[in-house]
Amino acid sequence: MNFVYERFLGGKSGAIAIGILALLILVVLPLALDLFRLNLVGKYLTYAFAAVSLVLLWGYGGILSLGQGIFFGLGGYAMAMFLKLEASDPESTSIQTTPGIPDFMDWNQLTELPWFWVPFESFTFTLLAILLVPSIFAFIIGYSMFKRRVGGVYFAIITQVIAVILTVLIVGQQGFTGGINGITDLKTLNGWDIREDSSKYILYFINAFLLLGVIMVSKFILTSKFGQLLLAMKDKEDRVRFSGYDVSNFKIFVFCVSAVIAAIGGAMFTLQVGFMSPSFVGIVPSIEMVIFAAVGGRMSLIGVVYGTLLVNAGKTAFSETFPELWLFLMGGLFIAVVMFFPNGLAGIYNKYGPKVKFLRPLFSKSEKAETTTESAKIEADATTEGAK
Amino acid sequence: MTTTTDFLLAIEDLTVSFDGFKAVDSLTMYIDKNELRVVIGPNGAGKTTLLDLICGKTKSSSGSISFKNKEMTKMAEHEIVRAGIGRKFQTPSIYENLTVYQNLEVSYPEGRGVFGSLFFKTTDEVIKRVNEVAKEIQLDKFLDTEAAILSHGQKQWLEIGMLLMQDPELLMLDEPVAGMSAKERDETAELLNRICENRSVIVIEHDMEFVKKIARKVTVLHQGKILAEGPMDKVQADEKVIEVYLGH
Repeated sequence: MNFVYERFLGGKSGAIAIGILALLILVVLPLALDLFRLNLVGKYLTYAFAAVSLVLLWGYGGILSLGQGIFFGLGGYAMAMFLKLEASDPESTSIQTTPGIPDFMDWNQLTELPWFWVPFESFTFTLLAILLVPSIFAFIIGYSMFKRRVGGVYFAIITQVIAVILTVLIVGQQGFTGGINGITDLKTLNGWDIREDSSKYILYFINAFLLLGVIMVSKFILTSKFGQLLLAMKDKEDRVRFSGYDVSNFKIFVFCVSAVIAAIGGAMFTLQVGFMSPSFVGIVPSIEMVIFAAVGGRMSLIGVVYGTLLVNAGKTAFSETFPELWLFLMGGLFIAVVMFFPNGLAGIYNKYGPKVKFLRPLFSKSEKAETTTESAKIEADATTEGAK
Repeated sequence: MTTTTDFLLAIEDLTVSFDGFKAVDSLTMYIDKNELRVVIGPNGAGKTTLLDLICGKTKSSSGSISFKNKEMTKMAEHEIVRAGIGRKFQTPSIYENLTVYQNLEVSYPEGRGVFGSLFFKTTDEVIKRVNEVAKEIQLDKFLDTEAAILSHGQKQWLEIGMLLMQDPELLMLDEPVAGMSAKERDETAELLNRICENRSVIVIEHDMEFVKKIARKVTVLHQGKILAEGPMDKVQADEKVIEVYLGH
């Protein structure tokens, strides 16, 4: 129990922060918002998965990926392929030349379901694919980059290039992927209509619980020795290497974990929004994810969720009134955060929070690292006493 | 091609060439068990390159490095470390944003794999070891201090401590007293004399006063080759050494 408390929640301050977030997304927002707005929040929370993945990869690991959209997209497309096949049963597609295949395939003169679509008729396979396809893809990219010690800006550029390649591929292969429109008209999940109001509520809560679960697993990773090694590598990679660690393995692993997290977000996006398209795969969404993480605070698993919600709420509000100004505003926001608040919202909270009286109890010392060093000090004192 | 020897480290005919420039040129050198060896030489003599070659940071062009009769030249850096060779860099290379305690704990030689590190537990044994080492490097009062705010000398000691955590059989130190105050130099000399009791140590150093304090056997490098080797006073009296190095 104590282990769960320290490692998955991150001690007292971590548990309080997760508790407040859970209260907000599980109770306050569902009560305060109508279904349309709540569904929007649900969509934003799927982006928060990508932001959380960047805390591990970029905040702690120091590896900037400008291609998290790749994995968000892979997860989203895997889910969309399953839903699309279910929506394309022979009866509802009977007016097509080839009934029983997705409509866009029929429009592109395909007469047979492509081989790689076939396994997506199974829900179990789809769930496995959402987790495994992104991690295998990330492993291949990570292995070929990190074993060759490609890092920093070169890694960022390569991930960006891969995001572009994937978008071009999806758009170009219309018959297989639905092209620029993506995969649309998704209806049911194993017979359960995902477009109904009650389903939207259920999906929102599944998504919220998954997000909290992912945050706790990430917390577990970051409070382990692995987390400390990530920080150590970010600072002095050579020192870690010459302390007997195979640095590339650690980078590959954190890259794969971040890919899976982003992919879960993508799959939940498809379920809640009802379609998937290449506009959530390419450069722009990938960079937006980095901005969410930067605004929220790239060292804070909880902060980035607020960052994602705020930036997206701003995006929705502004693009309703000044659609053409939004991109400039977002760019400006990113520059401002990087220049003045490098630790984002979480940084501001940690700096000014203790000065606000009613917030002070939240800042009591309870971090794991502190308690261990505390006990170490006591022991050290005891040994010096013994020596005397 | 490696011959079996009683030496801890046997470097034979080692050469590395960077675009034709031979930074280390057919060098042969042996280090005994529990030996403290000081390597001196003018700038560009190949001292740091020699350490880079031993720890695998630079790959040799030819020749062999055998540690406990095991060939090291083809091994990856982390495997060389795990075989028992620790190396301290010239500028203090510590994790600035971690505390002294965390710096030492992270260097503990367990949980070195991805999954090992995820499930690594701070046992009493780890805490005990951290405290022992912290005391050895005189940082036991600074366990909770963020490493970034330590003095330059303390950072150097911390890095030595991080290596001691791994209890290497061969410890290589690149200019450990550079930038230290006179008092810190003396303390470092004492520290080195203590830690070389049950391991071999190679020290690269420029400061002759410091070398005299610790040296038993000295190797003088010049242009990638060994110019002289032997006890300190004998080397100091060597004509060639005076000419290229000490005389200036």
